[in-house]
Amino acid sequence: MTRGRGITLALGGLVMGLFLASLLIGPAGLGLRDSLRALVTGQGEAVVLIMREIRLPRAVLGLLVGAVLGLSGAALQGFLRNPLAEPGLIGVSSTAALGAVLALQTGLAAAFALALPLAALAGAGVSVLLILALAGPRGGALALILAGIAISALAGAGTSLVLNLSANPFAVTEIVYWMMGSLADRSMLHVWLGAPFMLAGMALLLTLGRGLDALTLGEDAAQAMGVRLTRLRWVLILGTALAVGASVAVAGAVGFVGLVVPHVLRPLVGAMPSRLLPASALGGAAMVLAADVAVRLIAPEQDLKLGVLTALVGAPFFLHLIWRMRKVEA
Amino acid sequence: MKLENLTVRRGQCPVVDGVDLTVAKGEFIGLIGPNGAGKTTLLRAALGLLPFEGQSSLASLPVAARARAAAFLPQGRDIAWPVGVADLVALGRGPHLAGAMTGADRAAVDHALDRMGLAGFRARQATALSGGEQARVLIARALAQDTPLLLADEPVAGLDPEAQLRCMQVFADLAAEGRGVVVAIHDLGLAARHCSRLVMLDKGRVVADGPPRAVLGAEHLAQVFHVRGYHAETPEGLVFQPIALVDRRY
Repeated sequence: MTRGRGITLALGGLVMGLFLASLLIGPAGLGLRDSLRALVTGQGEAVVLIMREIRLPRAVLGLLVGAVLGLSGAALQGFLRNPLAEPGLIGVSSTAALGAVLALQTGLAAAFALALPLAALAGAGVSVLLILALAGPRGGALALILAGIAISALAGAGTSLVLNLSANPFAVTEIVYWMMGSLADRSMLHVWLGAPFMLAGMALLLTLGRGLDALTLGEDAAQAMGVRLTRLRWVLILGTALAVGASVAVAGAVGFVGLVVPHVLRPLVGAMPSRLLPASALGGAAMVLAADVAVRLIAPEQDLKLGVLTALVGAPFFLHLIWRMRKVEA
Repeated sequence: MKLENLTVRRGQCPVVDGVDLTVAKGEFIGLIGPNGAGKTTLLRAALGLLPFEGQSSLASLPVAARARAAAFLPQGRDIAWPVGVADLVALGRGPHLAGAMTGADRAAVDHALDRMGLAGFRARQATALSGGEQARVLIARALAQDTPLLLADEPVAGLDPEAQLRCMQVFADLAAEGRGVVVAIHDLGLAARHCSRLVMLDKGRVVADGPPRAVLGAEHLAQVFHVRGYHAETPEGLVFQPIALVDRRY
């Protein structure tokens, strides 16, 4: 109990620190006191513009996107009783990406700023309908996984087809860069568009704790303990689609956060899904904020993509975890 | 619990076929039968975990009320995450919780742990325990649910003799307290020794129902299990051991 709470507090502090760091670090090289004063009071023209229109949305989106990825990863792992599940598993990320790619390819994204995130949200919506049609209200975990794989494959093929047939090399470049995932150059408009969906999705996922706890003992035992599995599955799919769809819409595909964060935190909170959910939201936020600060520090001139860094750091870290697990099991 | 004409079909073929069964308070029922006789299916249908025809007094309850009326121990020892023993046992309190755990809930968890001899295991990781210890932890979870009825599917399979006897003793004690206990079990010796009543299933039908000595008669054993058995009334109670195969044409 207390250990779980201690971890949550520590993670909360870490997130706050990183959020501040995200506000204070950038190519403009603003003074610490100036920038905070500008942010709060709105005094000092250029500084206010940088803080409120560039850094604040970036930090807020980092916080939300990270929390969404960590939380939905933990929820899906809990539901599928499998530590390899990740937010993209039910196909939402790939269909949202396909929606965004179509917006980029058709030039809609260039014509009006919100076309891309809106198209991505529509893509996420399509995946929910497909999942529900394929995995049904009574479908089990396996049906859900297989439906997710099929939808991801289809959306991936669609994206490849767009790239393949694209006559416009600039659109191709733009699509490829967008798919790497980034928080650079986002505005408050992105925040207002994405935040309601991400917050609503997270609110849904956070209600699942007790049901996921019971699922630790299997579907039969959970149902006999009063868990309504059909309802749980609906809430899970809807929450994940809202939250992850919106996160892809505003930030592109940021990999490995939803897989690694719950994995790292599980032993620290005593493995119960109800404690892992909030901890993973905080852990995901910390990881994305840290990575987003890091891309600005490592290569300020080169626009290193956030998704590239999270995968570059996340994958070896994951390998290390597997290595350690193998040793314990041997 | 009352089952009336309970039938479960897989395709056209009935897996459980017109079973009537009433479990009274204080009964410790052993559900016996060869592999595929429909023991697991019967328990799951009775709980409403499967679609079925006929009546089950449990399955007709709302989900929350059902979870306060009967606890279920599924087959196997399936624990997905390396959770602590006390946390796992506390899951049994889920159906009773309105908000956070209260003092009464914690007392019920402590009582269940004590009862299964697990007081020293509270902080251990459930997945790191031996099979017998895990079985005790899972039974403690069901005890913490504190229901008038307990249904358990092969709870003692694969356990050492001490763990088997300990578990059967706890089930018998629960029945003595006035709860109903139904255990699907393959070990006819344990069933004969501990259960107050045996229900023998074959091909989805109840073929015998009554006191162990009567149900484990030569004819039923030969027809259903294709074995002969040895019975002895001892000061410790009925001792039964299957000893030889009989010709299937019997």
